[in-house]
Amino acid sequence: MSEPGSTQREREMIVEIEDLSRHFVVRRSVGRLRREKRVVRAVDGISFTVGKGECVGYIGANGAGKSTTIKMLTGILVPTSGRVRVCGLEPVRQRRELARRIGVVFGQRSQLWWDLPLAESFRLLAAIHRLPAERAAARLERCVELLDIGPFLDTPVRQLSLGQRMRGEVTAALLHSPELLLLDEPTVGLDIVSKEALRAFLSAERAETGTTILLTTHDLPDIERLSDRVVVVDGGRVVHTGTLSGLAAEAGVDRVLTVELTAPAEPLGDVPGTRLLSVEAGGLRQHLALTGSAAAAVAAVSARTELRDLTIAEPDIEDVVARLYRRAAATRSSTVD
Amino acid sequence: MADTRVYAALLRAGMAGQATYRASFAVELVGTAMGMGLDFVEIFAVFHQVPSIAGLSFVEVVLVFAIASTGFATADLLVGQSDAVIRHVRDGTFDVVLLRPLSVLGQLAAADVQLRRLGRVSVSLLLLVVVLVRLDLDWTPARAAMAVLAPIAATLVFGALFVAAGGIAFWVVDATEVTSALTYGSAYLAQWPTGVLTPVLARFFTFVIPAAFTGYLPALALLGKPDPTGLPDWLPWASPLAAVATAVAAGLVWRSGVRHYVGAGG
Amino acid sequence: MRAGFRRYAIYRRATLAGAFTNTVFGVIRVSIFFAAADASGGSVAGYDRAALSTYTWVGQGLIAVVWLFAWTPVTLRVRSGDVAIDLGRPVHPIAAWLAEDIGRAGQACLIRFIGPLLVGGLLYGLQVPTRWTTLPLFLLSAALAVVVSFGGRVLVSLIAFWLVDVRGVLTLYVLTSNVLCGLLVPVHFLPGWAQAFAYATPFPSMLQVPLDMATERYGDAESVALLAMQVGWAAVLLAVAVRVFDRGTRKLVLQGG
Repeated sequence: MSEPGSTQREREMIVEIEDLSRHFVVRRSVGRLRREKRVVRAVDGISFTVGKGECVGYIGANGAGKSTTIKMLTGILVPTSGRVRVCGLEPVRQRRELARRIGVVFGQRSQLWWDLPLAESFRLLAAIHRLPAERAAARLERCVELLDIGPFLDTPVRQLSLGQRMRGEVTAALLHSPELLLLDEPTVGLDIVSKEALRAFLSAERAETGTTILLTTHDLPDIERLSDRVVVVDGGRVVHTGTLSGLAAEAGVDRVLTVELTAPAEPLGDVPGTRLLSVEAGGLRQHLALTGSAAAAVAAVSARTELRDLTIAEPDIEDVVARLYRRAAATRSSTVD
Repeated sequence: MADTRVYAALLRAGMAGQATYRASFAVELVGTAMGMGLDFVEIFAVFHQVPSIAGLSFVEVVLVFAIASTGFATADLLVGQSDAVIRHVRDGTFDVVLLRPLSVLGQLAAADVQLRRLGRVSVSLLLLVVVLVRLDLDWTPARAAMAVLAPIAATLVFGALFVAAGGIAFWVVDATEVTSALTYGSAYLAQWPTGVLTPVLARFFTFVIPAAFTGYLPALALLGKPDPTGLPDWLPWASPLAAVATAVAAGLVWRSGVRHYVGAGG
Repeated sequence: MRAGFRRYAIYRRATLAGAFTNTVFGVIRVSIFFAAADASGGSVAGYDRAALSTYTWVGQGLIAVVWLFAWTPVTLRVRSGDVAIDLGRPVHPIAAWLAEDIGRAGQACLIRFIGPLLVGGLLYGLQVPTRWTTLPLFLLSAALAVVVSFGGRVLVSLIAFWLVDVRGVLTLYVLTSNVLCGLLVPVHFLPGWAQAFAYATPFPSMLQVPLDMATERYGDAESVALLAMQVGWAAVLLAVAVRVFDRGTRKLVLQGG
């Protein structure tokens, strides 16, 4: 009974990574004659999958192994060990076939032709992917409309601002309607307006075409806006997978209820479903960490004293991830010891 | 293949970058043609002093020169920048090539095509035609075929040397000057009868780096002359085959180079 | 001078590779010349095998010392405006650049001169000098050749004051000098009219003359005369270069550089 169900699930896996590792051997000259060898485990046994139509955020600090993973997914780099399949293909062995099915956007590197007008890059890519003229034109028009790239279609790519170029890169990556879109730090260095435009576009694109997206980023608002799931990687290993909100819970970061009272009151240390964090202005303002529902806590507080105003602060995602990193680092160093 | 149209489009894109500066491009065209003149002056000057070199007369050596020069210039035009692949790796523009559904070598050749080599290509071809007419050869269908195939074979061999140098560059980054010395040295040698070298070196430049097949041996076939160092009479006629074999070998070296890049992480 | 010496010492690997290239080309050239000698009864234009080998290998060694390739440091400095810094120094820039070039040449002597000479000499044999004057004459001539070559190179580079794209002129200069200085073939191989033309230019003084010293082509008296010719060309080129440079900088200043 589960057989057809599981094969269907398998067929829908766009990205499959199983115990993937990538080691680099770094040689350093020590003194005049000897050379020291050191093995850097950029990726050390990562496993996760991305199903069709999902959007997964792949987050981690610098050097955590994000870019290395992306390189192995696109066939630019051979894994040291483990299994990786993208769209059912082996990235290194079936590089050219895979290139037809995926689109890639690198924040640091450009896939456009530097000296030529942007429109020319699109024309070349349409030719490379053997797109029929009408289809290419339709895709282009849609992107022009949503990303507002019309004004600079005739500008050479090297003269574009970063925001303009990134919009061009995303258009280029999606021109051939790939099954999977990989984005490696796409919003690095962009202004707020461009970031929003990009996020809105990717959101809309996903809703309309069901393209699977895997996105690595430093910028957590990207994740909030776009992803269903996150995979957090640190030191080459996965330290957390799940939803964003689950992430906050796991990291043990609190939601904070701040109450403004009409008159200074005693510290509210015993309100059920809360934990007193701090008291300000002689009891006029108090900060309570919520361990249960916010509504219940508010009711409990107003039962004891008169509330003038209140705010609820969601955990800062940056804090959440930072905590996770720190915890992972602590676990790692403790296992080393 | 539908892909040829794609490579043609890429070629046009590569050329667009080069021909933008018309005036200096014209200068470069002339420059490469003049560079060829230099080699010709050397042949002329030597023959001003002696009547023959390794059994060949002035015009016959010019034939060798013309075939080899055409082949070298054409190969330089197409894949001459293959050993500069390391430059792409350093600039970070190499990975992009791997992300496209096309061959790596094809893309690099199209992007780095050296249009200014056309100067030398056209002058060499012209010289070849002039010499063939001047020599008043004993034309047979086989010789006619060889006259057409010889420059193509030469292009294949020199192209193979460039591509192999590129493949090696992936493994040994600083090997470029050494491989250049051998490639350009072979091109220089190919303009002269291989018999000028000592027997050991002559065999090396015939069977290991097949410079002899790019000019001297095809010329022997066309002239109907035997090789003074004792190579069999049928060998000159095998030039096209030797060229293909070299190209295949070079392709393997290139492939292993790209595999090494992907395996080592760039 | 020491700055030039040190800078080029850093590129040791490149130097070795360059010496390898010179050696490869030397092997091919000497083979061609030997074949020519064989076809002409053992000697060609007054060179026997030993002389041909000496001419080739000393020549291959001197190429990097005298620097017969394209040379762009001055052009780049004029382009970028860095030449203004040179103007601020107490020494005239031409003199400063000459000192740097001599340093460079000295550095090149170590690997790029001795390398090919050693390999070629061992493989193909060299002509043993018969006179004690040969070595000092050669060394003096080689040093002068560096100066003459510098004079030519710096003059061509100074065209950067007036021309935007110097590449064409530079290519033409390199090609012409390579023919007339005796790099391709000894000047003595060329037809009579060409030889006369060559000696009316400074080019033979850059390579052919020191090579003639090494192969003992002329007697002592004639050799000294040739040295004088080198001195003359060096003086002329440097004087003209100074004049041209002063004019060029005046133009630069007037234009608000």
